[in-house]
Amino acid sequence: MLDRRDFVRRLLIDRGNLLVVSGLGASTFDVAAAGDHPLNFYMWGAMGGTAMIGLGLALARPDRRVAVLTGDGDMLMGIGSLATIGVKQPKNLTIVVLDNAHYGETGMQPSHTKSGIDLPAMALACRFAHARAVSRSEEAAAVRALLHDGEGPIFVSARIKEEDVPRVLPLRDGHAIKQRFIAALNSA
Amino acid sequence: MGWRTLTRDAIFANLVTRTTNGAALHSPTDIETAWPDAIFRQFRRVGIRQVGYVPDAGHSRLIALCQADPAIADVVLTTEEEGVGLVAGAALGGQRAALLMQSSGVGNCINTFSLLRNCGFACVLFVTMRGEFGEFNPWQVPMGSITADVLRLSGFLTYRLDSADDVDEIVGAGCDMAFDGNLQVAFLLSQRLIGRKQWTR
Repeated sequence: MLDRRDFVRRLLIDRGNLLVVSGLGASTFDVAAAGDHPLNFYMWGAMGGTAMIGLGLALARPDRRVAVLTGDGDMLMGIGSLATIGVKQPKNLTIVVLDNAHYGETGMQPSHTKSGIDLPAMALACRFAHARAVSRSEEAAAVRALLHDGEGPIFVSARIKEEDVPRVLPLRDGHAIKQRFIAALNSA
Repeated sequence: MGWRTLTRDAIFANLVTRTTNGAALHSPTDIETAWPDAIFRQFRRVGIRQVGYVPDAGHSRLIALCQADPAIADVVLTTEEEGVGLVAGAALGGQRAALLMQSSGVGNCINTFSLLRNCGFACVLFVTMRGEFGEFNPWQVPMGSITADVLRLSGFLTYRLDSADDVDEIVGAGCDMAFDGNLQVAFLLSQRLIGRKQWTR
């Protein structure tokens, strides 16, 4: 099982022009802990919507790589998004689910993946070009390579430990997060 | 960029061809062409590049027009709230998007609409109304009768369209308000405008 902070840090090392959308709760805190960046779009709500933001962004900017980092609860709430993404086949989009099989923000109640619901299998059924589960920190480099060079749509389920880690709180003002992102994307 | 090279007339002509072949356009009623064509002309004018929709008879011609336009990415959704995320992602990437849905779909979106207000994402939403004028199916009435209020409470400016003659002007003005001011604007396409769903033919 992976240490979530260490795994996300390894994914985002030397990130270059990578565009990152993070799902509400712990995923947003993990991305912030790896280093605040203007090309991070931090979600603080609208649960279930993270993957679709990634799709809209990937379609708008086919010249850039887009990574969605979110939790199993957020992915499950927007599970139909996998089918919608499968229809559009964005080559520049990767979804990484930080899967601890629990709803961390509400008291660690088990999620569907705890009962063996197989997210990578669902992604493959939705015509993702590549889907895999990872659970060893040595695999982070390969996932990082997929973020930057893999032919999407790509889905990765990262099996992380069921642990409560300290919160690292980035910007919460949605207007500021958006404007900072757009300004950085326009200038880079 | 090649997206302006295909003229509007060419797209309409292409659509007519596809329609004649029976491939592109399916609708259970004789759908008016004036209002969807007016909305599509506004899409071209303001530079809509992504359109999210759940398949709908009332929107069928507008959807087909968007599908026939190589400048527009048409994104078929499994549920309407996916479209709210799509709009936000498109805007982050510098593109304008529009959403098409039935009034029933508005209810599916409520919490996700918070994304638009929290961040100030422009949104233009085209809602074909059910559950009002001459509705055959009473199960459509509870959501259809509260759609305008739900949109208002969710932060949308809402404009109701009853006549095809008003569509160009009102949609044009509403799109400008949305994209110039990062506002959320909804257009309610009334059942009188669309035509009643014919169940008995």
